[in-house]
Amino acid sequence: MARPVEYITRITDNYAKLGYKPYQWVSNSDTPPWTPLRKPLSHCRLGLVASGGIYASGQVAFHFKDDVSFRAIPTTVRTSDLRTAHFAYDQTDARKDPNVVFPIDTLRGLVKEGVVGSLAENFFTFLGGVYSSRRVAEELAPRITESLLVEKVDVALLVPV
Amino acid sequence: MCHQSVGLIARCAEAAGIATLSMSSALDITKAGKPPRAAFLDYPLGHTTGKPNQPELQREILVQALEGFTSLTVPGSIKMLPFRWDDEDWKRTAMMDGDSRVTRHDTPQYQTEEDRIRAEGENKD
Repeated sequence: MARPVEYITRITDNYAKLGYKPYQWVSNSDTPPWTPLRKPLSHCRLGLVASGGIYASGQVAFHFKDDVSFRAIPTTVRTSDLRTAHFAYDQTDARKDPNVVFPIDTLRGLVKEGVVGSLAENFFTFLGGVYSSRRVAEELAPRITESLLVEKVDVALLVPV
Repeated sequence: MCHQSVGLIARCAEAAGIATLSMSSALDITKAGKPPRAAFLDYPLGHTTGKPNQPELQREILVQALEGFTSLTVPGSIKMLPFRWDDEDWKRTAMMDGDSRVTRHDTPQYQTEEDRIRAEGENKD
């Protein structure tokens, strides 16, 4: 079995070839914050935060220049109304079946099975490919966190692309 | 950078009292960002929660990942999921071309023209 792809090395090489300065990746050596699970998952209300540029038809799509906006997608959405707008990954499979990057049907199924207690009213999506980690940390992260708190979720699943 | 952004959001939400679990298909970026809990799936980018039209597999991946909410007890640890892509050929070329060649439009990039009309109305260029 081959080892996982070293994306940082490859992306750094790409930038160097294009003559850009090396990208400053976020590197945290501290202990991350920690909130213990207070009850079993089967009693938890779950929120989902996904990058991958997912929007529902009728919503404004994402643009590709440091877009730090996000969309609230009702968890009752029809899966066939989901779309993607992104520049950094092959969207072929995501457009065939959004569950590969936005596991909406999977999670609805797990609620029916009783594995997960319930879902938030809205899931949140954004375009993860934002160069400015400062803008993500200072603008996007607090706003999404606030929205998760409004949704009163106990746990959140995050799905990057 | 999606993985990096997700790490930042996870830390922010966790600090606000929400337990988080971050999926990952880019182990090195996730390790560097160190979100509170993560589950690594060794699939090509664009398949962080499974292969298309395989609901049973998608379910199994998510069930095993979500178990991380109880099994991961040390902040910053990553659960390695056992699933593999059909072969490992994709790894040779993944991200070799980078994402930098695409024009960074600053207007919404709709998947279909119909979506644009539904969101913005008929009479816009």
